[in-house]
Amino acid sequence: MCLAIPAKIVEFPESDKAVAVAEVGGVRRRVNVDLLRDTELAVGDWVLLHVGFAMSRISEEQAQEQMEILLMLGESEPALDEVRGYTFAES
Amino acid sequence: MKYVDEYRDPKLIAALAHEIERTVDPARRYRIMEVCGGHTHAIYRYGLADILPKNIEFVHGPGCPVCVLPTGRVDDGLTIAEQPNVILACFGDMMRVPGTKGTPLEYKARGTDIRMVYSPLDALRLAKENPQKHVCFFAIGFETTAPSTALTILHAKAGNVRNFSVFCNHVVVVPPMRAIVDAPEMQIDAFIGPGHVSAVIGSKPYEFIAAEYGKPVVISGFEPLDLMESVLMVLRQLAAGEAKVENQYRRIVTADGNSAALRAMQETMELRPHFEWRGLGSIPYSALGIKPAYAAWDAEVQFEVPGVRVTDPRAAQCGDVLKGALKPPQCKLFGKQCTPETPVGALMVSSEGACAAHYRYAHA
Repeated sequence: MCLAIPAKIVEFPESDKAVAVAEVGGVRRRVNVDLLRDTELAVGDWVLLHVGFAMSRISEEQAQEQMEILLMLGESEPALDEVRGYTFAES
Repeated sequence: MKYVDEYRDPKLIAALAHEIERTVDPARRYRIMEVCGGHTHAIYRYGLADILPKNIEFVHGPGCPVCVLPTGRVDDGLTIAEQPNVILACFGDMMRVPGTKGTPLEYKARGTDIRMVYSPLDALRLAKENPQKHVCFFAIGFETTAPSTALTILHAKAGNVRNFSVFCNHVVVVPPMRAIVDAPEMQIDAFIGPGHVSAVIGSKPYEFIAAEYGKPVVISGFEPLDLMESVLMVLRQLAAGEAKVENQYRRIVTADGNSAALRAMQETMELRPHFEWRGLGSIPYSALGIKPAYAAWDAEVQFEVPGVRVTDPRAAQCGDVLKGALKPPQCKLFGKQCTPETPVGALMVSSEGACAAHYRYAHA
């Protein structure tokens, strides 16, 4: 729950840009990016996810660093499980 | 990925360790509290306490949401779960936290409808899919997760979802830090400030700790080098007789934080006059409740919540460990009755809990 999961924005499926499709470790899910509405978010940007919400825009290097931290802490699998578990925007 | 390679460079670690050794005063002891449970986990995982001079002690702080939630609130949430036609949705970490009559997982096994979710929006989706039921989301966490709950409440209002509520247990990070510096027995010299919470709230809310209490605060990242550099920054302030808020985690944290996240919280939530913390007791204005304008989604308004206060199991010394007064293995139950497989106290449940981290990395 406290995991900060790096993910790449691959699509904005809706016109209002509150939702994005994000990808991490081959897993793609819709996530909420409304809390970054003050940021000019674009396809290809990396973000840190907390419980389904993008909270910070980060660089690709920071994304890589965060993934390594999760790996070191033994949290990379739980992180992928979490992203797989986001089902809220599929309906 | 040059940047990451640099961070992996053992020479840099050695250089920082050398600089830290040059900066410490061997005649004094340093007690540095890392507030965030993620930092606690990282410090254990990297074995940082072994790299640093022996007179520097990491005191593990209260920044683990399931660890600080008192048993009474767990029981209150489970009481809601037992109401007719209710589905209680909670994060995975919560599922194994013991209430007086068992964990949410054990209640689920006995037939109570409790579902694990990864996002508050998943709980809202459950409500939409089960219109004949009421879905209550057991919300926990510091300012990293509170904005997500806030936005979910706003979604529920916008979609007029009436069979959804939030049992709000969100806490804020700064008041317990004040409680800790106010406690004379704590003797904390400085704080390593949380990384991702600070991405939301910014670095400004910590300034009173430096200004009023004269304690340095360094907001830190989670890499070994981040934490080593933050320790060095703390030591340099102490050596110079300074106290200020410094931001080592500039690549994520700004002075003002995430304004959209703060606005969502301000719209839907307000500080409670009092909230009980495990180990720290009642701390004024340390937790968030739901504003009256959103009472339709406030489980504490929609349900009779007993509001029980439950003392911890007498033998378990979670409170003393949470305050940093005891080290995990000094608790009588540590590694005996209380293990990650059979946790008696919440600090053994979460990977961010000091006991779970100690058991995993330092317990022979």
